[in-house]
Amino acid sequence: MQAHDGAPKIGVYICHCGLNIAGKIDVEQVVAFAATLPNVAVARDYRFMCSDPGQDLIRQDIDDGLVNRVVVASCSPLMHEATFRRATAAGGISPFFFQMASIREHVSWVTADQQDATEKAKALVAAAVRRVALHEPLERRQSPVLPDAMVVGAGIAGIHAALTMANAGKHVYLIERESTIGGHMARFDKTFPTLDCAACILTPKMSEVRANPNITLWTYADVVSVEGYTGNFTVRVRRRPRYVDEDLCTGCLACIDACINKKAKVPDEWNEGLSKRKPIYIPFPQATPPVVVVDPETCIWFKTGKCPRPCIDACERDAFDFEQQERIEEVKVGAIVLATGFKEFDATRIPAYGYGRYPNVYTSVEVERLVNATGPTQGEIVLRDGTRPQTVGIIHCVGSRDERYNAYCSRVCCMYSLKLAHLIRERSGAEVYDFYIDMRTAGKGYEEFYDKLMQEGTHFVRGRVAGVTDEATTPEEEGKLIVRAEDTLLGAARRIPVDMVVLAVGLEPQPDAQDVRRLFNIGCGAEGFFTERHPKLAPVSTFTDGIFLAGACQGPKDIPDSVAQAGAAAAEVLAMVDRGMVELEPSTAFIDPAACSGCRTCVGLCPFAAITFDHDRNVAEVNEVVCKGCGICVGACPTGAAQQHLFTDEEIFNEIEGVLAYV
Amino acid sequence: MSEPDETFEPRIVAFFCNWCTYTAADLAGISRMTYAPNVRVVRLMCSGRLDPQFVLAALRDGADGVLIGGCHPGDCHYQLGNYNAQRRVLLLKRMLRAMGIEDERVRLEWISAAEGEKVQRVCNEMTEQVRALGPLHLAAVPRREAS
Amino acid sequence: MKPKVAFYWCASCGGCEEAVVDLGEELLTVADAVDIVFWPVAMDFKTSDVEALADGELAAAFVNGAIRTSEEEEMVRLLRRKAQVVVAFGACAWLGGIPGLANLYGRRSILDYVYGEEPSLEEHDGARPQEETDVAEGHVSLPTFDDDVRTLDQVIEVDYFLPGCPPPGELIRTAITALIEGTLPEKGSVLAPDVALCSDCPRLPSKPEKPSVKRFVRPHQVQIDPDLCLLAQGLICLGPATRSGCGAVCIAANMPCTGCMGPVSRVVDHGAKAMSAMASLLEADDEAEADALIGEIADPVGTFYRYSLPASLLHRRREPEAAGRSPS
Repeated sequence: MQAHDGAPKIGVYICHCGLNIAGKIDVEQVVAFAATLPNVAVARDYRFMCSDPGQDLIRQDIDDGLVNRVVVASCSPLMHEATFRRATAAGGISPFFFQMASIREHVSWVTADQQDATEKAKALVAAAVRRVALHEPLERRQSPVLPDAMVVGAGIAGIHAALTMANAGKHVYLIERESTIGGHMARFDKTFPTLDCAACILTPKMSEVRANPNITLWTYADVVSVEGYTGNFTVRVRRRPRYVDEDLCTGCLACIDACINKKAKVPDEWNEGLSKRKPIYIPFPQATPPVVVVDPETCIWFKTGKCPRPCIDACERDAFDFEQQERIEEVKVGAIVLATGFKEFDATRIPAYGYGRYPNVYTSVEVERLVNATGPTQGEIVLRDGTRPQTVGIIHCVGSRDERYNAYCSRVCCMYSLKLAHLIRERSGAEVYDFYIDMRTAGKGYEEFYDKLMQEGTHFVRGRVAGVTDEATTPEEEGKLIVRAEDTLLGAARRIPVDMVVLAVGLEPQPDAQDVRRLFNIGCGAEGFFTERHPKLAPVSTFTDGIFLAGACQGPKDIPDSVAQAGAAAAEVLAMVDRGMVELEPSTAFIDPAACSGCRTCVGLCPFAAITFDHDRNVAEVNEVVCKGCGICVGACPTGAAQQHLFTDEEIFNEIEGVLAYV
Repeated sequence: MSEPDETFEPRIVAFFCNWCTYTAADLAGISRMTYAPNVRVVRLMCSGRLDPQFVLAALRDGADGVLIGGCHPGDCHYQLGNYNAQRRVLLLKRMLRAMGIEDERVRLEWISAAEGEKVQRVCNEMTEQVRALGPLHLAAVPRREAS
Repeated sequence: MKPKVAFYWCASCGGCEEAVVDLGEELLTVADAVDIVFWPVAMDFKTSDVEALADGELAAAFVNGAIRTSEEEEMVRLLRRKAQVVVAFGACAWLGGIPGLANLYGRRSILDYVYGEEPSLEEHDGARPQEETDVAEGHVSLPTFDDDVRTLDQVIEVDYFLPGCPPPGELIRTAITALIEGTLPEKGSVLAPDVALCSDCPRLPSKPEKPSVKRFVRPHQVQIDPDLCLLAQGLICLGPATRSGCGAVCIAANMPCTGCMGPVSRVVDHGAKAMSAMASLLEADDEAEADALIGEIADPVGTFYRYSLPASLLHRRREPEAAGRSPS
């Protein structure tokens, strides 16, 4: 790289971007103006600066010795700053001898009047020209990437990501909050559109996870802190006590039979409270790991200290440890995939649908458990009183596509409602009414599945359901739940009496999504799902390098898309880890020790603890590798001893002056 | 106060944080939202970089107003930057008030990356507010005559 | 031939003159080494004596005080012509000093107050001083009272700046010695260390490694611990933002630094940087809470620009006459 080489010779390149810029801004005027600015040696325009010939203009001018600083006025730096920095570097000078002026997103696309747009573009070009003259020849630091990865959340997305990386030879920590992996998919009976048995396709993968020597599986565990930086994360994981030694338990379940509680009395969370469990339990027979859990909230030993604990005697492996404490494990990983999934919309928020009031109003999740052979009714569709329903109404868009709750479409509900319609009919022979607004069946085989349901005789009523009531107005309605909906195809309001109502609840972010995203320093969108770096071009990365997303935690999606995204996230991790190093942006803070008075104003302000105080020299020091380049310390430093590369006071003062001095 | 100048076009310098507000301004552009051309953006990585000297320098260099944009409280990409910006701007504005500079001329807004519409609205609003206030016309810093 | 020097005072309190006198016996050494040819407070030379000098005949003119009358402007221009080196002596000359706070007002409101509204005025006929008056003895002129307080280098070219209110004896000694020995640094320099007071403060070891303030207090509101860092006690001490070189005398007197030694060279606006540091240290993320705590800082201009208002980026209050007697 060239060292600081004397007087700046600035090349200014104005892009037309086809008509995106040139259609509104008088590019020639801007070029002529740029040529008059201090230190400008060359001012050019070109149709598409980001193209190869466009970039070549820059490279050639530098090569020819005409230019040693570059300004490109085009689109947003968020789009092409990297591109033009590379072009600048290709010319043989530091890529940071470059500044961009956004005259597309910030000018041509948003300004009505052509002359106003041209004037504003000139001001922004002048600002960039004045600033770039002061840029230093910075270089990116390289930092090694640790070889291990972590996946947080072991639903289908987390499992797939972990297996992909483990099979590529990487060591993966797979962290799951529940006592078993499998996520939501483990609770389904069949999956759409193929009506594959969910357990049949999932449990082999769950076994693979357990058997894979490259995967360290910690269930009943969560992440408590994440520190460090890209490629070098230190994560502390809390492993909660089951009071059973995982290495000894074989999952024989003798202890559950032996439990002093002869009858199960605790509402079983796995079955949505539709059945009961004992204080010692396993969520479902194929739980992975196959290890029981003791619930201290309901176990008599923990509540009173008085129990003969027949469970201990029943255990041939002597696996019980009632003194077990939570353990904090600290691990270092290079990259993390978040696959923390979703939660269902709480149907009690829509009182008109009667959930929680009428016993035979169910959520789709509860019905998934009913149809499941290992569920509370062994796969039978029965009402709370044990009788079979003759008619069932399924209400779509519960909590979705509704400005009062969530404006977005939850994407999977139409398909799973059709699936449940099919299964309900199959198991119980009931007549099924599907109340929908639009039928969203866009995936592979999905529209065909809808056709099949129509062939089967499912009744489809197009209209939003106003409410569910048990107030009969005719003899046929007695003892039934009446679904009141507008049938828009008929053009009439209808009252349809059913025995059972199923609410197709939408998908929402997990309740602690805000806390989790702060732990990992990523963002959430307005709806609360984790924010991807770019909705089209970077759907699995986040704004924090090294943290990736997979599955419904990023937005509602079905199993095929979750698996695809998990594979993509795994690929990104593998790319990072195999490359072995990341380049850190050089826009870090630094403190001139000669200028620092030791006032310590900065030390406590750094959110990343990147500043330490040297008591011997009485100065503060920034750790360049940990520094993330926010500039809080620089703004606060009362004497300007702390500065930020690429954002020094001088550079910014000049930018401000430039943006006002000429136009 | 002088008569309002019908042709007065305020010049407002904006300091936008890269992760939220600058991205929102990009989104406004991508969505082709039209707004007043009077706001000129200086990009900072974080609103926490904002030095009150920048605000004063902008006013001194001829800006009629200054807009500062950062992430919503709790959402700063660097966790604490926006809180620092907030405190500094609160104190700066109290000083500005004592110096006869109207409150509306320096404005701090939290704008998230998804709020392109808010960028449009705030730019339009502030332009009109500053237009109504008139040019800032700071007293010139006396310069000694060349000897 | 001993070098000729002049001392002059503009809008000032006389403290800078005192500081020279406070050199004590060393003053005699100085008096031996140089020829003081003009020093209104102490010696009986006249303006005409200065006018009679050749241009550049003075080795140095030490000028203290800010510029706010036509007489001061005239005198400093005269001294500039006659002197090879002009030293802005003290905070007023360098930054405007405490008289600089008059830039919160305008000429009219000041005169209205002093000659019309001020509580200790006796009843009188509302007479105001006039620039030109005829009296029995003849015609009398008074200098024009400027609307604006300016620093010395906003009027003439200044070669060196000696900070402090007043400059500490040690720095005065060093400056005069350097002048005599011909070892002054490059022109435009501030003749004090370019690092903040904390580096020199005896209480620095007691300052927490991660300082923060729950609430700012004023000196009269608390019992000030004589051993603990003042900022750590919630007092607005501008030590972190202000040049050292004064030996931290105010801190030794158990009072926080008020910023008289001015900013370091890397800072454009002293008050703005000091405000940024203080606000950043406040422990309050909630906006309403932060606003309430910041609202407790009485008189932000007086606190952060006590000595430097004319040198600051804003220079003076906007439309100060509109503010009337006291700006709200």
